[in-house]
Amino acid sequence: MGFDYFGERFTAACMGTGTSSFADFLTVWAPELLPGGGQLAAHGLTAQRLAAQGLAAQGLAAQGLAAGGAAAHGLPHGTTIVAADFDGGVIMAGDRRSTAGSMIAQRDIEKVFRSDGFSCVGIAGVAGIGLELVRLFQLELEHYEKLEGRTLSLEGKANRLSAFVRGNLGGAMQGLVVVPLFAGFDAETGQGRIFSYDVTGGRYEEHKFHAIGSGSVFARGSLKKLYRDGMPVEDAVTVCMQALYDAADDDSATGGPDMTRRIFPVVATVTADGYRRLTDEEAGEYAQAVVAERMDSPAGPLAPVRQTSQQNE
Amino acid sequence: MPFYVSPEQAMKDKADYARKGIARGRSGVVIQYDEGILFVAPNPSRALHKISEIYDRIAFAAVGRYNEFENLRVAGVRYADTRGYQYDRADVTARGLANWYAQILGTIFTESNKPFEVEIVVAEVGETPDADQIYRITFDGSVADEHGFVAMGGQADQVATVLKERYADGMELGRALGLALAALAGQSNGEPGEASASQLEVAVLGRARGHRTFRRIGGARLDELLAAAAPGSGRGSGRKAAAQPPGDSAGTDSAGTDSGGTDSGAGSGDTDGGGAG
Repeated sequence: MGFDYFGERFTAACMGTGTSSFADFLTVWAPELLPGGGQLAAHGLTAQRLAAQGLAAQGLAAQGLAAGGAAAHGLPHGTTIVAADFDGGVIMAGDRRSTAGSMIAQRDIEKVFRSDGFSCVGIAGVAGIGLELVRLFQLELEHYEKLEGRTLSLEGKANRLSAFVRGNLGGAMQGLVVVPLFAGFDAETGQGRIFSYDVTGGRYEEHKFHAIGSGSVFARGSLKKLYRDGMPVEDAVTVCMQALYDAADDDSATGGPDMTRRIFPVVATVTADGYRRLTDEEAGEYAQAVVAERMDSPAGPLAPVRQTSQQNE
Repeated sequence: MPFYVSPEQAMKDKADYARKGIARGRSGVVIQYDEGILFVAPNPSRALHKISEIYDRIAFAAVGRYNEFENLRVAGVRYADTRGYQYDRADVTARGLANWYAQILGTIFTESNKPFEVEIVVAEVGETPDADQIYRITFDGSVADEHGFVAMGGQADQVATVLKERYADGMELGRALGLALAALAGQSNGEPGEASASQLEVAVLGRARGHRTFRRIGGARLDELLAAAAPGSGRGSGRKAAAQPPGDSAGTDSAGTDSGGTDSGAGSGDTDGGGAG
């Protein structure tokens, strides 16, 4: 592959008028470079066809993704991502395992990324497509910022990601499901916000916390008991570590903290000061504290049976 | 009314036309300093930039007709992003981009009736000052590989003379800015009073920054630098003032680290402020 950068057609495309979207530019100029080989550009999936095929994949995305479709069985899948808001921002964390069927494909994969200075994105599902999707999304935001001289609004970013996920609908129908979780700091409201997606590009704003991927069921149960409104960032990190631990505890596709190899979850926060990824040492400390606690009580912190004075949802 | 115009004459006419257009505007200056590459251009507009980010370590500065160099800037961002997406971010180089611009400008100069009235600089900050690259591309597509400093547009010769006299390798940011202002003020149409923050567009490619190294300098930070650089930038005593930039390097470092943390890249002067408020 590779095209002639000095060729007239490419030069004309660059010099021509167009939008500030990098994906739109690629769609016209080099659709084969898009994730999944240009399905963003494929107009084959009409509304009628979608209706005819049914949206079976939506259920697939909502539930465990590790199973995947027949075509995807041998491919590495990313598993669990959690996110929660806290006092002054939002946090996202992901385990480090990818699985291909029942085999562990990679122990130290990273599934949580900086998407721009004030947002982050995590992926669950087919890793290959997911990573491409993230790469395009990152570039889309940067490209817009460079051309327009300003960043997209948080809503704008979330909507852009929605379109990219929808672009993979054809792949998702064949079992190549990938869904992101998006979180960012909204400068207008001064708060962190979380957005989840289904394979059709449906975009849903989540409040307080959310989890996606094969271990999300367990992670979400854990988050529900541990989340506190307006908790400080230190608590938020611990809560996410607990949730990931619980996910790994009950979901074989989610990896727990790897104490022997010292591989710990990727944890990122977004606040008014921007995106920050915890160093491996920092994340390791939180993970080790959680593991040490579980030595005594394997099920983790116990929630009170009855509501006490402490408020929680 | 001659029906035949010799190619020499046609080319000369076009070149004269372009040169005149470029000389009408204000000059812009690009200078290497110890921690990166500095770009300074008199520009009262805060929205229509003469200096812009192209890629992680590459920036673009231009003088001349705005719509023409804006077109080139957008094209450059598309070129760089496409190339970086197809290969790797490390594979986007100023050299490649400069050649590409040269092809475009050369083609336009020879094939169209009206040449672009622009002069552009593509600069890439390296790991060390030796690895910095600065290319000047003129309206006819010729490329010059520059070292240390470049003056372009307006009374470029006069500006370059001042720069040549006083430029030294490894200057601090405050000193480099002082020199740039002194050089720009030396133009026959430049008034000494133009060194106010609102009339200047200033940006750097910071060597130490990770990922996106481009950063605009404005607001309080620019005022601070200007205050340090101001005494004597208008007259001939610039050398004396430049020799003692109070606390410059410390200021630069902290600014660099702060932004490195948030990593918000271009236009971040505004973005950061908004986010913090």
